[in-house]
Amino acid sequence: MSTVSIRALRKSYGTFEALRGIDLEIAKGEVVCVIGPSGSGKSTLIRCINRLEAFDSSSAILVDNIPVVPGLSLARVRAEVGMVFQNFNLFPHLTVRENVMLAPRRVRGTSRADAASQADRLLARVGIAEQADKYPEHLSGGQQQRVAIARALAMEPQVLLFDEPTSALDPEMVGEVLDVMKSLAGTGVTMIVVTHEMGFARQVADRVIFMDGGEVIETGPPDQVLGAPREARTRNFLSAVLNH
Amino acid sequence: MDVFDTFLNMAVLKRSLPMLIDGLWLTLKLGAASIVAGLVVGLAVALLRLYSVAPVRILMRLYIDIFRSIPLLVLLIVVYYALPFVGLRLSAFVSAMTALTLVSGAYTAEIFRAGIEAIPKGQFEASAALGLSQPQAMVDVILPQAVRIVIPPLTNNSINVIKDTALASVVAMPDLLKQATQAQALAANPTPLIGAALIYIAFLWPAVLLVGHLEKRFNSGRRT
Repeated sequence: MSTVSIRALRKSYGTFEALRGIDLEIAKGEVVCVIGPSGSGKSTLIRCINRLEAFDSSSAILVDNIPVVPGLSLARVRAEVGMVFQNFNLFPHLTVRENVMLAPRRVRGTSRADAASQADRLLARVGIAEQADKYPEHLSGGQQQRVAIARALAMEPQVLLFDEPTSALDPEMVGEVLDVMKSLAGTGVTMIVVTHEMGFARQVADRVIFMDGGEVIETGPPDQVLGAPREARTRNFLSAVLNH
Repeated sequence: MDVFDTFLNMAVLKRSLPMLIDGLWLTLKLGAASIVAGLVVGLAVALLRLYSVAPVRILMRLYIDIFRSIPLLVLLIVVYYALPFVGLRLSAFVSAMTALTLVSGAYTAEIFRAGIEAIPKGQFEASAALGLSQPQAMVDVILPQAVRIVIPPLTNNSINVIKDTALASVVAMPDLLKQATQAQALAANPTPLIGAALIYIAFLWPAVLLVGHLEKRFNSGRRT
């Protein structure tokens, strides 16, 4: 059974069609990497899953069989779907620990003590327990992104969306974030990762999806899509990415 | 008769000081009440102006534009002298506070709106993605950051409100300025006016310096 079910997903900005009918079924625990040139619609696709982007009403997205539509069911969906952003989007006025505690306290009504101990556990898991009392601005980019992952995990989501999580990082910090993401794969959480990190996709993904022009061009196991792509557009993209 | 006897006559100043202190007390009460009420009105208007249904948004915009356009003195005279014709008779204090609050609320609403709009979109998105409702995101994430940004302009606005309380003397409210003019009439000497001016300066100069300091502090440094 699918955890995320996307049917005929369409999204337009004015006359520009960002998504031109996407169908995807993503199984529970599956790790899916979405690759493609910029402007291909891959970020828009995952931003539709928790409805940070509204989409065409003829389309349907189900998360755990809950329809992603405005209203009460959207609150349930967002409680099940965590997101990690390219620019971290940590809350600068809260400490690292408070960043992780906020959603469980407000959305789930977790007590302060429970939320704090959960936050410390998660911060230890992403390797930054000792930074809990600092403010985000005092952390490196890689550390901030690991806090953002801990913050998303605090809601114990079934699905984690990653929107180019390493694209804003200095090169030497990419590894530490990818390591945390690798450690999450296989824990039962469904991961949908928009990324340019082909090595990560090859190593960790159960499935790679190549998008271009708002459509899914090719999908399959990483060995096939990255190693022996069937479509010319996939080959062109990969040769452009890998030869630099 | 030298300049000191005329403008800084210590005997006159000493005699009129109790009146000036009474007036100062009323000025500060009127100022503080209007500032607080203006903040409440301003925040409510800013939120309605940004996030409510279209007709309310338009209404809030009208309020903001109208009360930033009308001269405070005109508004005060309308409230105090015109409203009684429709049966609404407000005391001098309430009239002055109403007029000051309405105008301060309009300016404050624009200040809060600018502060909220200065918060990066990513903060709203991260809040939404975590499952926070819009009011929760506002209270826990957006406003705490926005308030930091708007403290200097809000302080500036508060100084203006205190200064504008002097207009209340035209509706016979015995504020600092009114007391000074009365003391001047009693003593047939302008020293109380000078005294009042010095008291205004003594109270507002530090506030002006504070704004400068706050602006420097909040402009240098952090924004993510």
